Amino acid sequence: MTERILTRNWQIVNAHTLAVYQSRGGYRALAKALTQMTPEQVTAEVLASNLQGRGGAGFPTGRKWRFLPPPDGGPRYLVVNADEGEPGTFKDRYIMELDPHMMIEGIVITGYAIGATKCYIYIRGEYRPAAHRTLAALHEAQAAGLLGPGILGSGYSLDTDVIMGAGAYICGEETALIESIEGKKGWPRLKPPFPAVKGLFGRPTIVNNVETLACIPHIIERGGAWFAALGTPRNGGTKLFAVSGDVEQPGVIELPMGTPLRQVIAACGGVKGGRKVKAVIPGGASAPVLTADDLDLPMDFTSVAAAGSMLGSAAVMVMSEDRDMVYALSVIMEFFAHESCGQCTPCREGTRWSNEILHAILAGKGRNSDIDTLLDIARNMDGTTICPMGPGAAAPLRSFLTKFRPEFEAAIENLRNRARGEAAA
Amino acid sequence: MSVCFDDQQEAAFQKLLRRYDEGDSRVLPGLTFAQETFGAISPEVEAYMARRLGVSLAQLHQIATFYHMFHDVPCGRHLLTVCSSISCRLAGADDLLNHIKRRLNIAHAQTTDDGLFTLEVVECLGACHQAPALQVNGEFHGPMTRAKTDELLDRLAGGRERR
Repeated sequence: MTERILTRNWQIVNAHTLAVYQSRGGYRALAKALTQMTPEQVTAEVLASNLQGRGGAGFPTGRKWRFLPPPDGGPRYLVVNADEGEPGTFKDRYIMELDPHMMIEGIVITGYAIGATKCYIYIRGEYRPAAHRTLAALHEAQAAGLLGPGILGSGYSLDTDVIMGAGAYICGEETALIESIEGKKGWPRLKPPFPAVKGLFGRPTIVNNVETLACIPHIIERGGAWFAALGTPRNGGTKLFAVSGDVEQPGVIELPMGTPLRQVIAACGGVKGGRKVKAVIPGGASAPVLTADDLDLPMDFTSVAAAGSMLGSAAVMVMSEDRDMVYALSVIMEFFAHESCGQCTPCREGTRWSNEILHAILAGKGRNSDIDTLLDIARNMDGTTICPMGPGAAAPLRSFLTKFRPEFEAAIENLRNRARGEAAA
Repeated sequence: MSVCFDDQQEAAFQKLLRRYDEGDSRVLPGLTFAQETFGAISPEVEAYMARRLGVSLAQLHQIATFYHMFHDVPCGRHLLTVCSSISCRLAGADDLLNHIKRRLNIAHAQTTDDGLFTLEVVECLGACHQAPALQVNGEFHGPMTRAKTDELLDRLAGGRERR
């Protein structure tokens, strides 16, 4: 049984309150950082931890922080990405609902390391319970001198505010999120410039995910080397897996980076009804689908990428042998068609047409050429858009069609014949 | 009907303006506040809030129409948002949605005649372990069965649920 780190307080009553969090050792790391470490030492520890961004991209957190230009006396921002919208993902929600102080402690330590003058926590509009807990915890922390001016008697001050999203998947993309805080619709920006150089209000900005920030206090308290050793050589720490679909006990589970997919599924009680695995989406709807052949794959950023997919947000969706892949893909493309922000033509048109073609297939109006048309659309969405949503929509489309092509071919034929039969009757 | 904050609402709005004092960061919280206050972002509310937030009507309209959670007509007392994402669909969200539609005799984005319920189909709610899931005014419910849905709707119609 591996040690629980991010979820260590989840079974404790009232762990969302400051008193309980502190009784469990909370805010000790903050005191250590502020009194015994320089900002550069904090960053060095995070670099040594091999912590990679938990929002989906898996970029090394310490390296991201180092992209910041030297302080110039003007504002610098830390933005917390709590816009957890990737289908299948529900881990950050639980950090905020069950242990918001772990995130807040991570925020203050990170703010200190990067010299942030202000922090915005951007929480998706659908997460009201999580936002309420976060706001209450912020008030508690502020009252206790753990946030605000002169934190714990040090010279470091950080003001933190919550902004609620209002229902737009695209705002999970960091530059769209910044646009949204700036009071605009969430249209991603061209990069470069990256937010570290020119982000919120045109100022240096670091955008970090909730789970990423929750890792920080542990790295500071117990050392970067300790955290790195929990995972694989290139992927430090434990990881929260949000497991859903056809498993006996869906939920959020914390396991070391690199845990084989088979064990992740087993830790959730195995496949429902003892059935066999047909397909697994390993990291949210944008991650290419895996099959039963991939069950020994170590679940870390490097290994899943090497297998042609991505760990993404580690939202693991399991589909058992009886599942219809045409229907599953149609649901996923419905999502992308609905959530494309409309800025780039390949994504706006590609998601819409692939959704319509898939629904036509399901309605018995498919053509044999549809599969190649859909693959062509996937090609046209990949790498041709401002943000990763185009490639994110192309990935499930291409992987489902390639890995389950015979099933799609049979469905086009069978559903068409059935529709004709019904029309004739 | 002219749109205007009353004294209490004005005080809350001023507090919001003080809190979100950088750039146009007041816009999204301000519009959310307006929807809570007036029930919807109608064309009148858009015009009023553009003035109050100090942005152009075009910018405000863009935001009110880009984000799905802003409504141009008021919702019923209980806003039912049914998740349509992959894990919920695998767990029977289609059946759940059809059941609610039949029971309440409304379609997506419609409100019952008595003003009690509005139904919306939404993208992933982040409750995939409670699939099929729905929210009632932002509170999570799931996994839903037909029987649990009937029980929930009965309780809400009976007014015994808070809000």
